[in-house]
Amino acid sequence: MNEQLLEAPAPTVRGPLRGIYAGNTRSVVARGLQVIARNNWLIVVTGFFEPVFYLLSMGIGLGALIGTVEFYGAEVPYAAYIAPALMAVSAMNGAVYDSTMNVFFKMNYAKLYQQMLSTSLGPLDVALGEILLALFRGLLYASGFMLVTTLMGLNLSWTAILAIPAALVVAFGFASFGMAITSYMKTFQHLDYVYFVMMPMFLLSATFFPIEVYPQGLQWVIQAMPLWHGVDMIRQLTTGLIQPSILLHLLYFAVMIVVGLWFTTSRLRALFLR
Amino acid sequence: MIEAKGLTKQYGDFTAVDGIDFAIEPGEAFGFLGPNGAGKSTTMRMIAATSTRTSGELRVLGFDPESHGPEIRAQLGIVPQADQLDEELRVIDNLIVYGRYFGLPLPYVKRRAEELLEFAQLTEKRKARVDGLSGGMKRRLTIARGLINSPKAMLLDEPTTGLDPQARHVLWDRLFRLKEEGTTLVLTTHYMDEAEQLCDRLVVVDKGTIVAEGSPAALIRQYSTREVLEVRFGSSRNAEAATVIEGIGSRIEVLPDRVLVYDDDGEAAMSAVHERGLQPITSLVRRSSLEDVFLRLTGRSLIE
Repeated sequence: MNEQLLEAPAPTVRGPLRGIYAGNTRSVVARGLQVIARNNWLIVVTGFFEPVFYLLSMGIGLGALIGTVEFYGAEVPYAAYIAPALMAVSAMNGAVYDSTMNVFFKMNYAKLYQQMLSTSLGPLDVALGEILLALFRGLLYASGFMLVTTLMGLNLSWTAILAIPAALVVAFGFASFGMAITSYMKTFQHLDYVYFVMMPMFLLSATFFPIEVYPQGLQWVIQAMPLWHGVDMIRQLTTGLIQPSILLHLLYFAVMIVVGLWFTTSRLRALFLR
Repeated sequence: MIEAKGLTKQYGDFTAVDGIDFAIEPGEAFGFLGPNGAGKSTTMRMIAATSTRTSGELRVLGFDPESHGPEIRAQLGIVPQADQLDEELRVIDNLIVYGRYFGLPLPYVKRRAEELLEFAQLTEKRKARVDGLSGGMKRRLTIARGLINSPKAMLLDEPTTGLDPQARHVLWDRLFRLKEEGTTLVLTTHYMDEAEQLCDRLVVVDKGTIVAEGSPAALIRQYSTREVLEVRFGSSRNAEAATVIEGIGSRIEVLPDRVLVYDDDGEAAMSAVHERGLQPITSLVRRSSLEDVFLRLTGRSLIE
């Protein structure tokens, strides 16, 4: 112990983020990747197969009966119509599972965030790091799925490649909110509320058919939900039928990300630095 | 180094810490001694900037914890009451990953982690899973982890609670070493022997307030006699015997299972008890401890 010892560098963040951010999010991400590499790779694999099975059963099976669906004035084969929706859903699922189940466990059982907040890390470092990890999972799901749909010839335009960053945006939106909501949960049963909201969102957000089949009022409700924006955005990209509305979708997620991050940080502060 | 004036913490109607003053100097081992629920852990959390004070002043290493949490924690080693180790990581990785949270360079942290493992006598458990370690090992790992950033002060909340006697002695030995190396130690405990062994100076806390302050020896001198005679007459007869003992020594204290007679000369007190015709079932003369100080100050035992 006679070697020269280093003191921890003082965080240099100034301005309104001082005290809640130390600029060291990468250490939180690195820890998460190390754990995934060692223990959790299996759940990453299983999450990938879910949309693939949906695609095979509904896209190929049901698609044979349905033929084509109209999307922004063009006729799109049914499998190619639902594939981008399933990609948005898998980005959502990856992000939500990670930011609810995993975060709940780390928060309440592993006491991981107490440990992190006993160091020079601030709550925003922790929140951002955990959200980036959820994003990473969303990225894995989305890329894997993209590979499958490309092999099946379901991407109708070169712009489909942009669906991967778009899926990341969707995952980011859900992850930043998911963690804040998880912070209110006291038991594992409370997590069911999350799935209670996600299930109808999954089934109704123009995933399997256009929302024009619904009465106007219900359409508005669906359009207020984040998944619909994700589905329409990714579908525009994979079909190449890009509309000006894509900017609105991006704006929707930008707002969701900023509000979610702020929400999560203030919750972490309320829980662990009170 | 750490200074508090009128430090108060309220949770709703409940006042956990009620206007305490203390000042901790660099290099000293400072203790908060008190029973469970006295406000020790809350005070520690306020020092560590993981809990905000309701009122009063607090300066830690020259900073206000309210606004400079990360700066303060960068220079502290925190050992919480329950070992909060990262069970998804191996022993060595617990140290390395924790060091990275402080923003220390990876090659340095790796090297330092090996040294600290040695210090914690855990080198053989390097690659072991954390959940398989014994209680004493987990606590030593937690302390080693708290040292990874070479802190100016270590905050130890109940460092040996729940450990068997042998594990406690190993741990005390490690803490002694830190003290010798000049690390400031701030610890809470409800064990008087621990406070006597480790602390240069301590405050006795009860119900959120400080009831006495000083070195262990000074406190014993001030609030107790040099020796104590403990006599037992059987639980039903202790109170009755106490009325006969009254007048021997400077003070007596009746506990459910025994009577304590405070006298600088314990043997003389014992002879006096026998002269009054009492035949205790067992008797023992011992030196005064902080337990006696606490009993004197609060009328209650430390461990109930």
